[in-house]
Amino acid sequence: MVHWSAEEKQLIAGVWAKVNVEECGAEALARLLIVYPWTQRFFDNFGNLSSPTAIIGNPKVRAHGKKVLTSFGEAIKNLDNIKGTYSKLSELHCEKLHVDPENFRLLGDILVIVLASHFGREFTPACQFAWQKLVGVVAHALARKYH
Amino acid sequence: MVLSANDKSNVKAVFGKIGGQAEELGAETLDRMFHAYPQTKTYFPHFDLSKGSAQVKGHGKKVAAALVEAANHVDDIAGALSKLSDLHAQKLRVDPVNFKLLGQCFLVVVASHHPALLTPEVHASLDKFLCSVGTVLTAKYR
Repeated sequence: MVHWSAEEKQLIAGVWAKVNVEECGAEALARLLIVYPWTQRFFDNFGNLSSPTAIIGNPKVRAHGKKVLTSFGEAIKNLDNIKGTYSKLSELHCEKLHVDPENFRLLGDILVIVLASHFGREFTPACQFAWQKLVGVVAHALARKYH
Repeated sequence: MVLSANDKSNVKAVFGKIGGQAEELGAETLDRMFHAYPQTKTYFPHFDLSKGSAQVKGHGKKVAAALVEAANHVDDIAGALSKLSDLHAQKLRVDPVNFKLLGQCFLVVVASHHPALLTPEVHASLDKFLCSVGTVLTAKYR
């Protein structure tokens, strides 16, 4: 089980309370597809991903980004059992979606950058530490059931 | 990986805007890296890594200067950083994985100080640039 200090929990909750899940999720996913274009391989049925503008405006990207970040919220509600929270999702990503777990790490790093751009100075080094830890734990949990 | 003309222009534009605060941003990048990735501190046992450390500031200035140099010679990063590449291969031998960590923190610093500057396209170009720098610095490792 991952240990979270009271401070880390506070830093995570404090930021999360102010996050617009739909906007942030959409932005994070869009940036993933733009900055690491090979990640588009999982989204053949998303329609137009031909340019950054197309990606940012793509309604399927927005919807999926919201879905992904909403799921993140579940981890935050269950910091003491992220493994359990993502058990089924991990199986899904392995068996049905066939997503290389490296992609979870890439998305996690992008999410941290998006948060930094929204929160500026408030996203202190201590805050970044807590969130890098969180995205790492989520990535690990999502990869855990791979076989 | 190759930097397109667009990438190079984006990189130059970013450094044109932040070049003046390079030292400050370099120091904050290191500070964030030591916080977010404590294993990176193992390369600095001889440093005072406490808040406001003059050594971290000084080293941040060096790191920033190298990035500025690379950006100013974006058509030949390998040439511009050749001596630094030798240094990292022969003396410093920082494990290649750490350049990604530094890059991540640099992007976080730019994002937090200049969110409007870091559009998705610029983010992509800067990420590629930082990858290139890391590749150059580790190119002579073996």
